[in-house]
Amino acid sequence: MLDQTNQLPMGVGVGYKSKHFSNISEGDHPVKWFEIHAENYMGEKGAAGGRPMAQLRALSDRFPISVHGVGLSIGGEGRLDPDHLVRLSHLIDEINPASFSEHLAWSTHDTGYFNDLLPLPYTAKTLARVCDHIDEVQSTLGRQMLLENPSSYLAFAESTYGEVEFLRAVVKRTGCGLLLDVNNVFVSANNLRIDAYDYIDAFPHEAVGEIHLGGHDEDQDEDGAPLLIDSHGREVADPVWHLYTYALATGGPKPTLIEWDTDVPEWEVLASEVARAALRLEQVLV
Amino acid sequence: MKQQDFIKAALAPEAPIPAGLITPSGTPAKRRFDVYRNNIIVGLKEAIAASYPAVKSLVGDAFFDAMTGDYVRAHPPKTPILPLYGADFAAFIDSFAPASRLPYLGDVARLEYALRQSYHAADTRPVPAAEFSDPLLFTRQVVLAPTVIWLASAYPVTKLRRFALDGDRPSGGAEDVLITRPGFDPVATAFPPGTCAVLDALRDGMALANAAELAPSDLDLSQFLGTLLKGGAIIDILERDHDV
Repeated sequence: MLDQTNQLPMGVGVGYKSKHFSNISEGDHPVKWFEIHAENYMGEKGAAGGRPMAQLRALSDRFPISVHGVGLSIGGEGRLDPDHLVRLSHLIDEINPASFSEHLAWSTHDTGYFNDLLPLPYTAKTLARVCDHIDEVQSTLGRQMLLENPSSYLAFAESTYGEVEFLRAVVKRTGCGLLLDVNNVFVSANNLRIDAYDYIDAFPHEAVGEIHLGGHDEDQDEDGAPLLIDSHGREVADPVWHLYTYALATGGPKPTLIEWDTDVPEWEVLASEVARAALRLEQVLV
Repeated sequence: MKQQDFIKAALAPEAPIPAGLITPSGTPAKRRFDVYRNNIIVGLKEAIAASYPAVKSLVGDAFFDAMTGDYVRAHPPKTPILPLYGADFAAFIDSFAPASRLPYLGDVARLEYALRQSYHAADTRPVPAAEFSDPLLFTRQVVLAPTVIWLASAYPVTKLRRFALDGDRPSGGAEDVLITRPGFDPVATAFPPGTCAVLDALRDGMALANAAELAPSDLDLSQFLGTLLKGGAIIDILERDHDV
């Protein structure tokens, strides 16, 4: 049924930022592919155009592209927004990306979009809903999607599944793949006081089509407990590099992305993060 | 937990957090819930700030931050396309009492949003300039590019925007503004009040020759047409002569 599955190259990519367009066009660099946020390349009525689309087309002529959605609201209570699914479908048809991914989260309620990846409880009811939404996305796009594990700040008293157990069930029912965000695992494990290495051990690595790495901030909750915030605004933290190495050793090599979305640095800083990841990836490739 | 309850609490900083959201020790996750409150509001405010640099410069950082805080809580985006968020920010400013001492502020916001819409608008192919040597063209209906946007202001709104961004002192009075996109970067050109009537007529299907009769007496028609052509504003000429 799904005629296209993940075709990302086995190398390290970065999240594309327009300020880096000329760096990417000019020099030699270790970046093998780019990820874009789908919603930056959509028009409200019909297609988007102008410089952003021209740059994306130029980029996609030279590199494999991963389209990463932030606005489908897969975990939303309501039905998926049919207009948004049409916009996404147009973008996917135009770019023909190597991969499409979205989040285990919700961001839309009624007619409002809240621009954050909001959490959902893990229950039989939410599992059925998430699976229905993924079925609809995959059948509309005619391709497999990857679902990303969220970063959590709190837990739901009503949850009856663990997160890995929930993701496994989603994969089994829908045939989707997974995007393992190693920084999110680290952030959630700290915030929910679970063991990040146990999480990696239990994860269904055979379904993983991509790994994300990014930076986080440190704060405290009202009890003085460390509260980590998934901010994508700095270098990948050392313990996250260790966890990444462990994930590669456990699950084998995976296409890996460096995410840096706020306070975006100069290209050289990103390229050096890419080189750090590439070194680790190469060690499991030999 | 209902997502409706989550959102209502997330948009109201003083509201109690929804029941059933807990820390690892099982206590209510107040400070942790605040992370979502903060992410939502900060992210939406940043999106507005990115679209409205001239408005921000005119009112200063602190005022802008307070004003956008009120705006994003009352008017969250209707779609996930954040680059186009804020279509009704100008109308919000018009009715935002603390900004009433800057009566032109809403129009500066209108201009900034129109420039952003033009920047992202779909690509189209303009009619080649050579075709405009045919006088018959002026009796035909034309189709304008989606990058072409116009607005009327009682203030010198293009000069106010430039003042906000570059510091040149604004002068002059009311303007009708035509936005075109000659390449990737939209250009706002000021014309005399009343010029928008010509553009409205073109949009509604009137031929150029007839629409031109609606022009205000002080409009330089050749400059106006030149701006349209240089901006790639006309993307089709309909075949049949148009009866008016």
